[in-house]
Amino acid sequence: MLIRRPSDVRPSEITPEQVYRDRRRWILQAGLAASAMGLSGWTDRRAFAQTTGVKLPAARNGAYVVMDKPTSQKDVTTYNNFYEFGTDKGDPSSRSGRFRTSPWSVSVEGEVLKPQTLSIDDLRKLAPLEERIYRLRCVEGWSMVIPWIGYSLSALIRRVEPTGNAKFVEFVSAMQPDTMPGLRVPVIDWPYVEGLRMDEAMHPLTLLAFGVYGETLPNQNGAPVRVVVPWKYGFKSGKSLVKIRFVEKQPMTSWVRAAPHEYGFYANVNPEVPHPRWSQATERRIGEDGLFSPKRKTLKFNGYGEQVASLYSGMDLARYY
Amino acid sequence: MTGSPVAPRRAPASRVGPRIFGMPAGRFKLLLFAVFLLPLARWVWLGLADGLTANPVEFLTRSSGTWTLVALLATLSISPLRQLLGQPALLQVRRMCGLFTFFYACLHFMSYVWWDQWFDAAEIAQDIARRPFIAVGFAGFVGLVALAATSTRGWMRRLGRWWQRVHRLVYAIGVAVLLHYWWQKAGKNDFSAVFIYTLVFAGLMGWRLVQWRRRQQGGLSAKHAPRPPHDNHRGAP
Repeated sequence: MLIRRPSDVRPSEITPEQVYRDRRRWILQAGLAASAMGLSGWTDRRAFAQTTGVKLPAARNGAYVVMDKPTSQKDVTTYNNFYEFGTDKGDPSSRSGRFRTSPWSVSVEGEVLKPQTLSIDDLRKLAPLEERIYRLRCVEGWSMVIPWIGYSLSALIRRVEPTGNAKFVEFVSAMQPDTMPGLRVPVIDWPYVEGLRMDEAMHPLTLLAFGVYGETLPNQNGAPVRVVVPWKYGFKSGKSLVKIRFVEKQPMTSWVRAAPHEYGFYANVNPEVPHPRWSQATERRIGEDGLFSPKRKTLKFNGYGEQVASLYSGMDLARYY
Repeated sequence: MTGSPVAPRRAPASRVGPRIFGMPAGRFKLLLFAVFLLPLARWVWLGLADGLTANPVEFLTRSSGTWTLVALLATLSISPLRQLLGQPALLQVRRMCGLFTFFYACLHFMSYVWWDQWFDAAEIAQDIARRPFIAVGFAGFVGLVALAATSTRGWMRRLGRWWQRVHRLVYAIGVAVLLHYWWQKAGKNDFSAVFIYTLVFAGLMGWRLVQWRRRQQGGLSAKHAPRPPHDNHRGAP
């Protein structure tokens, strides 16, 4: 049993004055900062979750820039689906503050000659970062235009040298029960798993993204690394990846497991194939289409048909939705 | 703000009109009217404060749907509350509750017709025909239109005892609304909110079932036993 006796030396006698004065000043400043943040939170609770403040230099790649007007940074970073933090659109930005993105490593494994675990820094330096402006179409019927920063996933795939058995790529998202309140709700089987066919994963449009709007990814957007597959519905683009696995059989992905009649493995944006509960013919562009203008027509493959339609030639896209 | 308004006002009120929770029925009704306007006021306030989220259409559509359901459950709770709390005069606010249900249902329906479908009649017809989720919501709305239209004193007179039978349609509307909500949440397996509303609805219907059973048994065993007060022959305002 531990018996605590009061120390007969007072802390102030052994702490140099300079140290405790600094400490006091720091506590005061922290207190002031915290109350300032609290006050600003009162006026706009979402304001300071919108940016990480860590710049990520990248050259814009003009070959991958759509002409649509980019969605505001505020909307991109506060209107999210990231169910690990909750099912409300505002949950990811308001409830992801404690998510730990450092240290972070991604394990690349399965049917590859060079399986490896890469730290986030090594992964980021694997290829030159580019800024690309992509359309994002959510299966729920809304869309955005987002300036991502990253490089083609194919650069990583080439490096690990897939074997002949690698027919699909599986993406596993992080699971941090203590920082992700949404994990307590069994909306789907955690962790979140997504996947692509090998040729889809190798397509130059498929981006391994590390940043958005000139900075590293905020937690709610899938920090520190995610994929972005612009011709598919948003849920295909796994966030906060911890594992990339090369497999022979088509992976059982999260939404296919949860609701196979509503969500398919391919999930290519397709105005001709409705969701059971709503049409996919139109979409609402966040920040533009709303109260006073009609929704816009959804484009097949989200407008990327010229680049990707050939991947699916001969396939019945109504059957493989 | 002159004189002493409290004493002279209270004296005649207690002698004359019925009271609800100790309050003159008219004043309670006015208060409830204001409460029912709060969701609308909130939307206006959020609209002015840029608080309707990045997707205002979705927010307003969902919010109006939720408040329709809340108002519907409030309407259905009038009869149980009258008896359980011993406030028979609550009957005087029941039609207002029903009409507020209709009011929020209209806003919900408008948000769909206007913002979601942009008045495309062909598209709306197709949507209703193809999707049980939409069809069941639409059916609930049509039912509410019928009840709102026949809610007047004139229609009560014209329909006589049929009025009450017709207005039992509200139970079916309740089921339709819950089904519509359940379907909207299906596929994301997020039924917590739907479950709570369903539980409240089940409770309110369960109370009615118990009352009905009691009346049946009472009618068989003791013909002269006083029947519990019957809602609609006492003339709702």
